[in-house]
Amino acid sequence: MEESHGGDKARSRLCCICNQRRPALRRPKTLQQICRECFYVVFEEEIHRVIVDNKLFKSGERIAIGASGGKDSTVLAYVMSELNRRHNYGLDLFLLSVDEGITGYRDDSLETVKRNEVQYGLPLKVVSYKDLYGWTMDEIVKMIGLKNNCTFCGVFRRQALDRGAALLKVDKLATGHNADDIAETVLLNILRGDIARLSRCTSIITGEDGPIPRCKPFKYTYEKEIVMYAYFKKLDYFSTECIYSPNAYRGFAREFIKDLERIRPRAILDIIKSGEDFRIATSTKMPEQGTCQRCGYISSQKWCKACVLLEGLNRGLPKLGIGRTRGINGDRQKDDQQIGVKNLQSKACESLDF
Amino acid sequence: MQLTLEFGGGLELLCDSVKIHNVDVDLPAETQKLTMKHLLPWVRSNLIKERPEMFIKGDTVRPGVLVLVNDCDWELSGQLDTTLEDKDVVVFISTLHGG
Ligand SMILES: [Zn+2]
Ligand SMILES: [Zn+2]
Ligand SMILES: [Zn+2]
Repeated sequence: MEESHGGDKARSRLCCICNQRRPALRRPKTLQQICRECFYVVFEEEIHRVIVDNKLFKSGERIAIGASGGKDSTVLAYVMSELNRRHNYGLDLFLLSVDEGITGYRDDSLETVKRNEVQYGLPLKVVSYKDLYGWTMDEIVKMIGLKNNCTFCGVFRRQALDRGAALLKVDKLATGHNADDIAETVLLNILRGDIARLSRCTSIITGEDGPIPRCKPFKYTYEKEIVMYAYFKKLDYFSTECIYSPNAYRGFAREFIKDLERIRPRAILDIIKSGEDFRIATSTKMPEQGTCQRCGYISSQKWCKACVLLEGLNRGLPKLGIGRTRGINGDRQKDDQQIGVKNLQSKACESLDF
Repeated sequence: MQLTLEFGGGLELLCDSVKIHNVDVDLPAETQKLTMKHLLPWVRSNLIKERPEMFIKGDTVRPGVLVLVNDCDWELSGQLDTTLEDKDVVVFISTLHGG
């Protein structure tokens, strides 16, 4: 029988990087067995390489980190402030949170972000749906019910982050989307035939032509490693599901990715690679970008999605902008209308929209 | 056998929001050796109060649930074949909740 003293149950005795300490985890990317100390180094330095190689930031820039209080953004805030110090990025970092107005969910997670503000010494800005739109998510759900509420959540959150970033006068917004999220989104966009989003969702920087570009320093970082890192470092994060997001389709894609990962962990990086390598046939019509005539936000239609949804809420017609209802933008070409409606219908909460 | 079981990343919500459980698990009569393969169904029937499908899938944990035995990834100790000893600490963390 294999001898086993104390906590040492690992079959291979030593870390394959330092050859000195006991391994603490198996890296999904490389299948290497490594110790905690070496894990911290490779985890942080890989993210540093991604930042440098993709020129995500320039010295002197003001950067907002989209902070939800969840694991990804908490680890991102921690690692970004570490790397900023260690490698002299010369960045001014801020935490930016959206308060959707969801009792028992967002108010708790915002407490986590407020602790992060103190723990990492990063100034925090919170923008709320109530202030921006006059409605909390709780009020919206009361009006429209649980069906379609993620459409509101997703559309409003995206704009809220942009508006918060503008208030902070930052040059860029960094989000915590990880490799698993991106692989999942590639898959979902293929399943939906959403070519415009498929080509965009793997980009490490998006919206460079818009007012506030977004970037994803965790594009190649596995969720497993993010959670292990948070666990070993005892980082303070919040992990309750959004009570309004029963998104079955996304959950399905998630589970599929996790099943694949168990059989072959590299699958996640390979799906991202596939997404990157897709070439879009020139016959596929891409919606052209303009600005919303009402609020000035980027939009491919007369009114942006948030304005259409808001108009519906305020007029007591919450279905406006969802499903097949002809509304504000109904005078547009049928083709455009179809694209707009389809995107909106299938749009869900959280990380779908990059 | 005395074990400390810890649930995190949202999994604690499946066991009355209690994160740390100090438990006493009987050794299986046939082998007198407790492995993770024995422990999982025990956890399922003794600690998990709701939505067990968030924790178990087939005969192992649901993909996306990380397991650490004495702070070591169970992928290094043989997963289900990991043998447990008195006073071991087993941690289950879901990666599936929130971002
Ligand atoms: Zn090492
Ligand atoms: Zn939602
Ligand atoms: Zn607008």
